[in-house]
Parts: sequence; C-alpha cells; structure tokens
Amino acid sequence: MTETATPYIANKRIPRKSADELRAQIPGWGADLDPADRPSYPREQPGIETGARWDFPERQPEKWPRERSVEHAFLPPVFGTSTPPAGVSGAIRKYAYKYSEGRAAHWLLLIAADRVDATEHHLKSLATLHPDNPVTETGVLSEFSHHPIHSRYGQKRADVNHQWMDPIIVAGPWVMAAVGLAAAYKTLRKERTQPDD
Amino acid sequence: MRAMVYRGPYKVRVEEKDIPKIEHPNDAIVRVSKGAICGSDLHLYHGMMPDTRVGMTFGHEFVGTVHEVGSSVQNVAVGDRVMVPFNVYCGSCYFCSRGLYSNCHNVNPNATAVGGIYGYSHTCGGYDGGQAEFVRVPFADVGPSKIPDWMDEEDAVLLTDACPTGYFGAQLGDIAEGDTVVVFGAGPVGLFAAKSSWLMGAGRVIVVDHLQYRLEKARSFAHAETFNFVEYDDIVVHLKKETDYLGADVVIDAVGAEADGNFLQHVTSSKLKLQGGSPIALNWAIDSVRKGGTVSVVGAYGPIFSAVKFGDAMNKGLTLRMNQCPVKRQWPRLFEHVRNGYLKPSDIVTHRIPLEHIAEGYHMFSSKLDNIIKPLVVAGQS
Repeated sequence: MTETATPYIANKRIPRKSADELRAQIPGWGADLDPADRPSYPREQPGIETGARWDFPERQPEKWPRERSVEHAFLPPVFGTSTPPAGVSGAIRKYAYKYSEGRAAHWLLLIAADRVDATEHHLKSLATLHPDNPVTETGVLSEFSHHPIHSRYGQKRADVNHQWMDPIIVAGPWVMAAVGLAAAYKTLRKERTQPDD
Repeated sequence: MRAMVYRGPYKVRVEEKDIPKIEHPNDAIVRVSKGAICGSDLHLYHGMMPDTRVGMTFGHEFVGTVHEVGSSVQNVAVGDRVMVPFNVYCGSCYFCSRGLYSNCHNVNPNATAVGGIYGYSHTCGGYDGGQAEFVRVPFADVGPSKIPDWMDEEDAVLLTDACPTGYFGAQLGDIAEGDTVVVFGAGPVGLFAAKSSWLMGAGRVIVVDHLQYRLEKARSFAHAETFNFVEYDDIVVHLKKETDYLGADVVIDAVGAEADGNFLQHVTSSKLKLQGGSPIALNWAIDSVRKGGTVSVVGAYGPIFSAVKFGDAMNKGLTLRMNQCPVKRQWPRLFEHVRNGYLKPSDIVTHRIPLEHIAEGYHMFSSKLDNIIKPLVVAGQS
C-alpha cells in the first residue's frame, strides 16, 4: 500500500535536513532566521531614521508645465527633467494625463504616444548628420562574436519560439512605411502620366 | 558627456548630452564609474513600460564619485565614492517615514502608484539614469551612501538593486525554519532570492527557469535544486510531486513582465503590449504554492492589467506580498552578510561592457547570448 501524501494528513511526510546539517552545508544558513534580524520586518517602521532634515522638501523650480497624475494633490516638490513632452507624442501624453492611473485610457494613450514618439524621432534623425542606424542601435552585430547558434539551439530555451518576431517588430514599421511610400509614388506618377479625359 | 539614450523599441545608442545640473539644493551630481543593465531595463528596451521617451537615459544600478553637491547637502561631499539605491526618495513623506522608500510620494509627479526610479521612464518620475558618465542624484543626504573601504566596487553595484531586491523577496516570503521555497527565475534577482532564502532558514530551495546555464549557476551559487520547466509537461504538477503534493510553503516570483512558458501570454504582453506583463510565473506561483502559503513578488510588471489567476489565490487563502525593494533599508544587514562571506554579489557578474558598446550589451542581454547573467557597464572605456 502506498503511503498517504502529505496534504491528506497532519504533518509533512518528507524528512528534512536538520538545522545543524544545513548550517554545515550552506554558508550563513539561518543567520536571519529570527524575523527581528530581517531589515524589512515589520514592513512599516514609523519614525525610521532616513537622513531627511525637513518636514516637506524645498520645491524644485518647474521650468515647464510638468505633466502629473491627477491623483496627486499637487505637483510633488522634486521630479525628473528628462525629455519634456514635445510634438504630436507630447500632445498625446499631455492628454493622457487627464485620465487617472486607474483608467486604461491613461496607459494605452501613453503607450500609443511612445510609438508616435519613436516615429517622430526616427524621421527627424533622417534630416540630421546622425540618423538612426538600425544596425548599430539594435546591437545586432554582437551576434557575430557571442555564439548566436550555440546560445540558442540545443539548450531547451523556451524563448526561441518567439525571438523571430523581434526583427519584425523593429523593421516592420519601416518596411510598411517604405511600401506605402512606394505605392503612393506609383499612384501619383500614374495620375500624372495619364492624359486628362 | 557620453550617455546611453533610448531611440525606440530595441534600439539604443550613445550620444553626447549635457552634464546634468543641480536642480534642487539637496541634489548631487555623481560621476559614474560602474553601472549595470538590469533585467527590468529590458522591459523599457522592449517598449513595454508606458511613457518611455526617446532620448531618455536608462540605468538604475550605478556607483561613482560625487562630482558636485547642492547647497543643502551635508552627508556626502565632492570626491566621495558613493553607491546609489535605485529608489529616488525624499525620506520625509508619509511612506518614507515608515521605511517604504520605494513608495515615496514626493518624487514622482507622473504616477502615485510607484515611487521614483532612476532611468526608468516617466511613469517612474522622468529621471535620467546612470548608464552615462554623470547622473543627477536627488536627495543626496538620504539615498546614497559612501562605499565602505573594504567593499569591492562590483559588489557595491550589485547592492544598488539586484542583491537587495532578491534578499527583500525572501523576506516578503516570511520564511520559517524548514520551509520549502520555490523561486521562479534564475536571473540575478532570483539567484539572490534563492541564496537569501537559506539565510532566512529555508529547509529546501528550488529554482525554476528555462535557461540551463542559469540553472547551473543556481546550483553552484545558491545551492539550490533546479528544474527546467521546458522538460516537464506541466511544471506545477511536477512541483506538487516534488513536495509530496502539498505545494511549496513560499514561492517567489523573480521573473516579472516578460515571463516565458506560455506563448500566448508572452506574445500578448511582451510583443503586442496588451497586458502589463506576462503573468506566467505569477500564475505558476499561485498554483504551486500550498494552501495558506505565501507568494512573494519582486518581478517587475507594468501598470496595465495582466491576466492573473486571482480566483485560485483567493480560494487557496494565499498571502500575496510584493513591492519594489526599499534598498537602503537592506544595506546594514547585507553589508554584514557580505563582510561575513555569506554573500558575494559580484559572483554573478558575467560581462563587463564599455558604455560605448551598450547597444551590443542590450542585444546580448535581451537575446540571452553567451551565457549572460549580469552585465556591468563600465564608463570611460572603449
């Protein structure tokens, strides 16, 4: 007769190693066994020393109307100043911040703005001395020197079944844009060469 | 200065940018000597985190030397070698004053649900990060600490996020002596969570992943039993069998938004951005923990909804615990563990990438080439 598995009886059936055995095998085993030695126990520690000498921090200057969550009572005193909103993507972002964090519209608009932002910058870069270079910026050249075949195949990796999508995600919009431009050009050319009725 | 900048999904490059300026009296400007690419940076790189703007510099794991300080800074001075927690936090708001530094309310205008994080999109405050020669560090009297003389600089970099986050994940599990702990994910955070579970007194530590070389590291670095989920028809059933059908006492999700193991879940989140994250590891955690057990989540997810099996979590009476790690709170105890030799954070470093070659570094890390586990970014080398 097979033995009754643990969940059907009162105690664990599988014998476990003793504390002495574990201590001998694992460096530091049980050093934080006492919850009092765990720095995040209890989770909240009112009055914890942080180094702050202010009740409310001095305010950082707001150099442009800083977008903020409508769930904030006011603009927090300190904030990041990277990449202010600009262009069409900036307008979408400002609009997205009219919705609270609880609304899907807020996040979906921000994701849409991210895609518009990338397109705006790629197009802008074509008019500069430093245009986007999909070969160097994707880092794909590292494939040649870092075992691309051995790293991926015969390794039982679960992610190989979708890695083929990555080049499509990167290059797909450009290919589609090129096809669209070519089609538009062809149509315009055809219209010009056709005699008026 | 030279700085990594984001150019859109899967694309980054190094550009000349202005050296950041002091914008608040308690700011410091730090000259970065070493940084790192975090697994969570890949969520930005893949375009998953809302409000990730072209031109932003990523990087929330870095150490360096104080280059300039604002007028009110007292605790660090120009020339000090400092390690900077990934959290930007004020130290005085309702949350900081209770130790919840990662939930600071005074540093992130863009969202109330998350605090400030260096180089982690505008959703986390819009701060440029440390994959650059210089970085602005707000609240210099609160966040950064001087690197102890005895500490290796690479250990210090790992102590700014990956190591404390793994250690914090084990704490969230409320591990009791002899508990069976399952860790999903053998990346840097998972390796540190597994290693830390022993410190808390676990009786058995199991790590699950699909990358063989990382599972080997989990065995050698974290003394863990390992299972490759690809080898099993159903990893949850296998874990049940391994625990005599009880389930683990504690399960730690150290994977987060880009989990593999279910094609549909992965593609709808990582590729199509229809979910805030692929909750495969989280759902496996809910299914493989025992009734009444604890699921600890330190894997990062985006703010959009995800298809989580919440009904099972409720019916099983689980305790779900999660947060971004309040890093500096972990440091005094972690410093002791490093000094005692219980933890050697830099043991997981596999690659050291010059800042100028960071695009290659992102591609290698994203594609898991060359047995990569933890890439450091080294400033000033080409």
